[in-house]
Amino acid sequence: MIMARPKPIEEIIDEIKDFNKVLIAGCDGCVTVCEAGGVKEVQVLASALRLYFTKENKRMEIDETSLTRQCDKDYLHELLDKIDDYDAIVSLACGAGVQFMAEMYRKKPIFPGVDTCFIGVTEERGVWAERCQACGQCILASTGGICPISRCSKRMLNGPCGGSEKGKCEISPDTDCGWHLIYERLKELGQLDFFAEPTDPKDWVSSRDGGPRKIVREDVRL
Amino acid sequence: MRLRYPTNIKIIKVPCSGRVAIIHMLKALEEGADGVIVAGCLEGDCHYQSGNLRAKKRVIYVQEVLEKIGMEAERVAMYNLSAGDGPRFAEIAREMTEKVKELGPSPIKNAKKLASKKSKVEVAA
Amino acid sequence: MNTTTPSKLEKILAEGHFAVTSECGPPRGVNGEVVEEKANLIKDHVDAINVTDNQTSVVRLCSLAACIRIKQMGLEPVLQMVTRDRNRIGIQSDILGAASFGIDNILCLTGDHQHFGDHPQAINVFDLDSTQLIQTVKLMRDEGQLLGGFEMKERPNMFIGAAANPFADPFEIRVARLAKKVAAGCQFIQTQCIYNMEKFKTWMQQVRDQGLHEKVAILAGLTPMKNVGMAKYMKNRVPGIDVPDEIIERLAAVPKEKQADEGIKICIEQIEELKEEEGIRGFHIMAIEWEEKVPEIVEMAGLYPRPTVEISAN
Repeated sequence: MIMARPKPIEEIIDEIKDFNKVLIAGCDGCVTVCEAGGVKEVQVLASALRLYFTKENKRMEIDETSLTRQCDKDYLHELLDKIDDYDAIVSLACGAGVQFMAEMYRKKPIFPGVDTCFIGVTEERGVWAERCQACGQCILASTGGICPISRCSKRMLNGPCGGSEKGKCEISPDTDCGWHLIYERLKELGQLDFFAEPTDPKDWVSSRDGGPRKIVREDVRL
Repeated sequence: MRLRYPTNIKIIKVPCSGRVAIIHMLKALEEGADGVIVAGCLEGDCHYQSGNLRAKKRVIYVQEVLEKIGMEAERVAMYNLSAGDGPRFAEIAREMTEKVKELGPSPIKNAKKLASKKSKVEVAA
Repeated sequence: MNTTTPSKLEKILAEGHFAVTSECGPPRGVNGEVVEEKANLIKDHVDAINVTDNQTSVVRLCSLAACIRIKQMGLEPVLQMVTRDRNRIGIQSDILGAASFGIDNILCLTGDHQHFGDHPQAINVFDLDSTQLIQTVKLMRDEGQLLGGFEMKERPNMFIGAAANPFADPFEIRVARLAKKVAAGCQFIQTQCIYNMEKFKTWMQQVRDQGLHEKVAILAGLTPMKNVGMAKYMKNRVPGIDVPDEIIERLAAVPKEKQADEGIKICIEQIEELKEEEGIRGFHIMAIEWEEKVPEIVEMAGLYPRPTVEISAN
């Protein structure tokens, strides 16, 4: 899923301080799972903001809502009737959701309430980690199901580098060496022949380097 | 036991301090409470293993939020005591009441009063 | 006008002469003499020679090495640097390297997307953009600092330039974008090749309205057309270039073997016209793989001989 973390409240206060009526819009998708932008986080943020603006004697109404998904127009449509009641929206969705909201409600200032970080997994409650960089050309078949692009700090395709030590990356003892993991897993799977062959330079056209990406599938279009 | 503790405290019973969410504490403050005590069992004694430890983390979270928005973090506090320890509860209630008195009334309560006065004047005019 | 760098280009501009620059594209191979041959063709007719940095994202001999060769010929190179291929570590390192060889001019560019080049599969870097590259060179030069905060004992003392395209869309933000580059520290501008004179003059008017022509020396970019095919190609296939139909019609109206001469003629007429445009401080003649025509253009446009200026040793 897409992982995000809440923006510091000071930053959000700064975004909305010049308005009088603001809607905090959560998203029930990924950001709910990583506890950054779901209903609960909307409530807490809205309450804290109300406390702040009340204390400052500033006229400010803060309302709360959450949409099933903000990356989907059908759900964004649910705001159509009430969007004009607000001066601005703080969206707690990922960057995609914030932008889609802005695209849909062009005249309304939309501010991000979270920092979108990566595509990852919940390793344990409160610990989320990156697993995928969406390069658009999955190579996991030959790397033991572990992605060197997201797990190696140098995104090497022929690692590990000389900085690998006791399974850890040279950048930090808290970071696993992606290639160490790959090697161990290939060994367990009896697939070390994948490791033996040099990997050629990758075609990054399908990654963000090729420009903004789009998938168009005629088979599922209406 | 007929223990005396300040009458200005409103008690909300929950099955475990782990039931107290961040939003509950914030809401109490929004409603104008001058302070919030989360009273949980002694550490290590939670019937649900770690409810009181979670509550502690949430109290710390709320304290941090308060600091960031310019309110006194001490308005929220976590206390651990045995459910049977009435005298300790009374003591905590007095302690917190004293602390909050020192801090003065919640700025929220003041602002709210001010706002309602204003609107009354507006209505009168 | 005071100069702050040892750049000859800066000095010529400061003395109020029209500056003339041209460019030299390095080869797609190791033969550095190609650069010297090209430089020799134009050296007496221009004040400084730009060396392109893997232009259109095609791998070529590096701009820095080619600039060093030009410098060692006793000429004045302008190091073009794009941010596509190097991060801030590589960029700053190359700036220091260039300065160590006495390269006094830098043209800060973002660079074409690699989509257009011979390695569309490449990762692009774009750690900085052109405006941030300007800021970086200025920081290194004026504050003696690297982006990471390290204080250097000696500073790269470069005359800072950038490109501007008056013809890209949306037109109304083009001057605002130039203003941003000027605010970042840009001292000279070489524009995209001009064919649509009317649009260019509208842009210059906006530049003057904001007083930018007094803060930055604008060199009008010109590329002579070799034939009508080139004109059509530029119009239809090259992004950000505006070729009006009149130019194509004019070239098409002359026999094929005369089209090159007509192209040169158009270019000279443009220079003559732009000399009268307030705020134009010089000309950047990009004769693509046609360097031998630069002297003719410069002479016919009345820009020859080039002024000599006293250059203090760095």
